[in-house]
Amino acid sequence: MAERKIRIMVAKPGLDGHDRGARVLARCFRDAGFEVIYTGCHQTPEQIAASAIQEDVDVVGLSCLSGAHRYLFPAVVKLLKEKNADDISVIGGGIIPDQDFKALYDAGIKAIFTPGATLDSIVEWINTNIKPRN
Amino acid sequence: MYFAKELLDQSSRLRKRWEDEVKKSVAKWPDQKPRWSTVSDLEIKRLYTPEDIKDMDFANDIGYPGQFPFLRGNQVTGYRGKYWTFRMFSGMGSAKETNQRWHLLLKEGQTGLSTAFDFPTLMGYDTDSPKARGECGKCGVAIDTLEDFLQLVDGIPMDKITTSMTINPPATVLWAMYCAAADLKGIPLSKIGGTIQNDMLKEFIAQKTLMCPPEPSVKLISDTVEFGTKYVPRWNTISISGYHIREAGSTAVQELAFTLRDGMEYVEDVIRRKGLDVDEFAPRLSFFFNSHIDFFEEIAKLRAARRIWAKAMRDRFKSKDERSWWMRFHTQTAGCSLTAQQPYNNVIRTATEALAAVLGGTQSLHTNSLDEVLCLPSDHAVQIALRTQQIIAEETGVANTIDPLAGSYFVEALTNEMEEKAWDYIHKIDEMGGMVAAIEKGFPQLEIADAAYQFQRQIDAGEKVMIGVNKYVSEDVTPIPFLEIDDRVETEQIERLNAVRRKRDGKAVKKCLDDIKAACKKGENVMPYCIEAVKNLASVQEICDVYREVYGEYRDPGLY
Repeated sequence: MAERKIRIMVAKPGLDGHDRGARVLARCFRDAGFEVIYTGCHQTPEQIAASAIQEDVDVVGLSCLSGAHRYLFPAVVKLLKEKNADDISVIGGGIIPDQDFKALYDAGIKAIFTPGATLDSIVEWINTNIKPRN
Repeated sequence: MYFAKELLDQSSRLRKRWEDEVKKSVAKWPDQKPRWSTVSDLEIKRLYTPEDIKDMDFANDIGYPGQFPFLRGNQVTGYRGKYWTFRMFSGMGSAKETNQRWHLLLKEGQTGLSTAFDFPTLMGYDTDSPKARGECGKCGVAIDTLEDFLQLVDGIPMDKITTSMTINPPATVLWAMYCAAADLKGIPLSKIGGTIQNDMLKEFIAQKTLMCPPEPSVKLISDTVEFGTKYVPRWNTISISGYHIREAGSTAVQELAFTLRDGMEYVEDVIRRKGLDVDEFAPRLSFFFNSHIDFFEEIAKLRAARRIWAKAMRDRFKSKDERSWWMRFHTQTAGCSLTAQQPYNNVIRTATEALAAVLGGTQSLHTNSLDEVLCLPSDHAVQIALRTQQIIAEETGVANTIDPLAGSYFVEALTNEMEEKAWDYIHKIDEMGGMVAAIEKGFPQLEIADAAYQFQRQIDAGEKVMIGVNKYVSEDVTPIPFLEIDDRVETEQIERLNAVRRKRDGKAVKKCLDDIKAACKKGENVMPYCIEAVKNLASVQEICDVYREVYGEYRDPGLY
């Protein structure tokens, strides 16, 4: 049986509408052979966690450029854990100052990509670190 | 014909000789790359000659400043009578903090104000809404009620300084607050001047601060145009914006075409819905463009914009008043051209972009601060950005003469090319049934998504260069001071909002909100009711919830 493709959900939490990066990545992931779900802007952490479970994704990629990542990213991880879905990995990107990295990693974010990360480097990280769940 | 036949013959002869030389030269020293193009990937020739602009008609295509087609600017005297308005966009944390920044900027020589609101305000939510968690004051100033607004404009001479407000879905509410604040200070509405961005079409296309569907969104905008025309004649009720379209990844041509087609859509709606004559309101329409890093492409874009608008107003809308033909616009340097890596390089980028905006004839300018790619700008970074404009205006001499690049074979040819390509898009959107219909089909959104994706691929492949990102990468990082908005701002703002809710007359607020609802249902102009509601301390969200209830809520379809 052919191996299942990686299913990724690209999500925009909070009120931030800067979706250029999210949409470029959604298209890049599709070209890389992943199954992609893009939520569109303005999702609450609750909506993101619920859709991630419903869509049975392997990884959630959060994008935030408003500065609210300190609240929003950990909130998604926490909600997935509460719903016993912490086998879904959460990664994030956007305007994330270096000094916030540690708190985000401690909260369970698996990887953070900031401006300058190439599309290929993000795809490669996912291919190396994310295995499709059965 | 723009040139005499003799000159063109001569040019053609000399060009052939030059082309032979080029062939020989390239055989020995090949070009550094096979294709030379703008940041928007528009191919540029090695050389432009009189032959490239031979079909131009001087009177119709170039003309004089202050005359059709306004290629050379709206102002008869250019920048000699008055420089462009130095208008720095600012807002952070609480109203009190932003007010302090405004006073600092005015002291430093800024000549107009421009407000950045935080995301809850931009989206029509109060600070204590569950959707607003973590966002208060982060990207701009938090405004919940008129009390906050009065603090924002404290000590600002509202009859002398014009203020621009970047606000879209709740534009009626924030403008009502401005009107109410002026009223409370005893300043008549006829004396206040400024701009509300109030351009929803580009929100659906690019910026995504969304509330109601396109149709009723345009209705609310037409309400403001009508109200402004009657009672606030010095106010620009829409700032038709290409800035965000470009930041979302469009090309220069797409920015030009989608913005101008948006403008045409608003004109059509006001005429149809409000029965106003085009010349009653068109002089108060204003525009807002991006100035990106490709110097000549931007100059050509801005010059072409004025010419397209003048033609559209005269020929499409049969406008008779020349003031309607003027495209008056603000420009902001490109946030998306700045890099988090080696941030001091951003000063150079911004200066180049600001220079392009000035050579393109902007009437108002915001220059980005070097740290804006990382955070809200610090006082010091804002000062450098403002000084950049002052140096361009008062040291470089570029304002000495009007439209100094006119007649350049390259600049005129590129201007023509931008205009031609923009009209192609505009006609395509006409065929789709207009911009609202095109947006519903996802057309502009997907065109931009294509361009953004292609650009990112070119960056990753090194075909396009961003210094410090994919070339001349340096490990040596000089840290820059970082402005951070404390999470405490959120708790304090919620306390303020609760205090207002306790002291206001709840019954009066409810009546005001019911009046707005009735006006929405009857298709009446909501503005007078909004002013009454904010005076009674109704909050931004309370009024926007009425809109959401009556008109429905629009969700981002997430096209990519």
